[in-house]
Amino acid sequence: MKSAHHRLDISRMGFSRTADVVARTIISVVAWVAIVILAGIAAFLIQNSLKALQELGLWHMVAGSDWFPTSANASFGFLPAEVGSIWVTAIALMLCVPFGILAAIYLSEFANSRVKEVGKTIIEFMAAVPSVVFGLIGMTLLVPLIARIFDLSSGLTGFTAGLCVGIVCLPTIISISEDAMHAVPDELRQGALALGNNRWQMAYKVIVPAASSGIFAAVMLGLGRAIGETMVVLMVAGNAGIIPTSPFLAARTMTATIAQETGEVVRGGLHFSVLFVMGLVLFTITFLINLVADSVLERQRRRWRR
Amino acid sequence: MVDSEKGSFTLEKVSVTYGKEMAVTDVSLFIPARQVMALIGPSGCGKTTLLRCLNRMNDELGNVTVGGKIILDGVDINSPAVDPVALRTQVGQVFQKPNPFPMSIYDNITFGPRTLGIRKKGELDAIVEDTLKRAALWKEVHKNLKKHAFELSGGQQQRLCIARALATSPECLLMDEPCSALDPISTQLIEDTMEKLKNAVTIVIVTHSMQQASRVSDNTAFMLRESMEEPARLIEVSETEKLFTVPSDPRTEAYITGRFG
Repeated sequence: MKSAHHRLDISRMGFSRTADVVARTIISVVAWVAIVILAGIAAFLIQNSLKALQELGLWHMVAGSDWFPTSANASFGFLPAEVGSIWVTAIALMLCVPFGILAAIYLSEFANSRVKEVGKTIIEFMAAVPSVVFGLIGMTLLVPLIARIFDLSSGLTGFTAGLCVGIVCLPTIISISEDAMHAVPDELRQGALALGNNRWQMAYKVIVPAASSGIFAAVMLGLGRAIGETMVVLMVAGNAGIIPTSPFLAARTMTATIAQETGEVVRGGLHFSVLFVMGLVLFTITFLINLVADSVLERQRRRWRR
Repeated sequence: MVDSEKGSFTLEKVSVTYGKEMAVTDVSLFIPARQVMALIGPSGCGKTTLLRCLNRMNDELGNVTVGGKIILDGVDINSPAVDPVALRTQVGQVFQKPNPFPMSIYDNITFGPRTLGIRKKGELDAIVEDTLKRAALWKEVHKNLKKHAFELSGGQQQRLCIARALATSPECLLMDEPCSALDPISTQLIEDTMEKLKNAVTIVIVTHSMQQASRVSDNTAFMLRESMEEPARLIEVSETEKLFTVPSDPRTEAYITGRFG
């Protein structure tokens, strides 16, 4: 009787081990599928880029200053789009980094619990609004306003697009920075206050430095979002395929170029392939940015796990 | 007159209310300057709550009301004229869990003085050396003051926190179970430190260890919350030796002889 009972226990252990193996297999398969899809995307981009890379060479495109894809003497220089992307991204970051970090400090260190709850909900909602809506608002409100303020013939400029993209990126930066500050142990707040610091001194002397890697990661993710943003720039940047020497000129970003031209080109042709190279460049940039942000976040997580 | 000595606290009918619930009531207590006062009692008896009244850290919790009077050097610290931020440079605190800031040893200690506007390197260097010596940490760390505070052991971190609290030259140091997260050797070092410190600062220590209270304190206050329905009260305060040998209240006797708590 005793030995039968004993055997029962062992067989049950065997069952739970089987369940564990099955669960683990399913989870690993799902994870690997995601990785394979990512690798597949990269492979697809590279495969379609090959034609342009072989016929024109990477340097001709990446450093070329003229974008005349349809003229008889076609030229596929990315610089107009690259400079457009840089303007838009730089202006977006100048807007959303300081505002985003200050808003995060407010939510994490100053707001009472009700304001914090409402604020976080609004920010999450903002993150879920499709960017085309921000484009619409930008087009009707910002474009005429910018034209009037800076006395421009048209308010469709890189600057306007930068402002709109900045608003699109704001929730990402606020939400991730706030998470990072929230993760700073409360003992540090108590310690700073007990040393005769007011809340603001506590926030900028202790909390922000302690959360700095998380804030950095937030900025990197915001940067990735800004570079990748397409719809807003299509709507308000002005869409000019020349190098914008000032942010107050019409511009076109890499994303907008791909979005606008892909539908009009011959499948499998040179222009088609060039757009894939542009996509590959974007893919690489955002991949690297995310990689850096992720490793920094991981470092922060390990730091507070002591 | 002992009363007017700098760094003494006089508590008159102090009560603490969280929202609507009264946590502590009717505490009248004299904390003499430059001595060690131990607050003992079972968990939840309001020791830490009372301690946090002395540097107004309870203000930070939001809906806390402190009644009665707390007088430090003749000034009611709850009066509108008193800035809690300034008060805290006079009444330092050491916490239960060591909480060094994520920066170097040097920057941890100069944190308070910098807030007070001290910028001269010579002055700051002197403060760092002096406070580290008083906190019995100088010998271990003086060769590398730029070392990150997180690289120190738990006991060293706690002594660093003591040095950090001393750096604003407070009159009083509040210690909330400062040794509960530490090993016996670190505890010993901190108790030795307290013995030396009390020449210069008033120390109020909350402790769960009656042995520690009897080792380090001059006076001991016993607090008790007799049931969940009523707030905690001060049961008895007297010289430590007297409280632990001939307590005047039967509840104190029951607690120190280990019959509850």
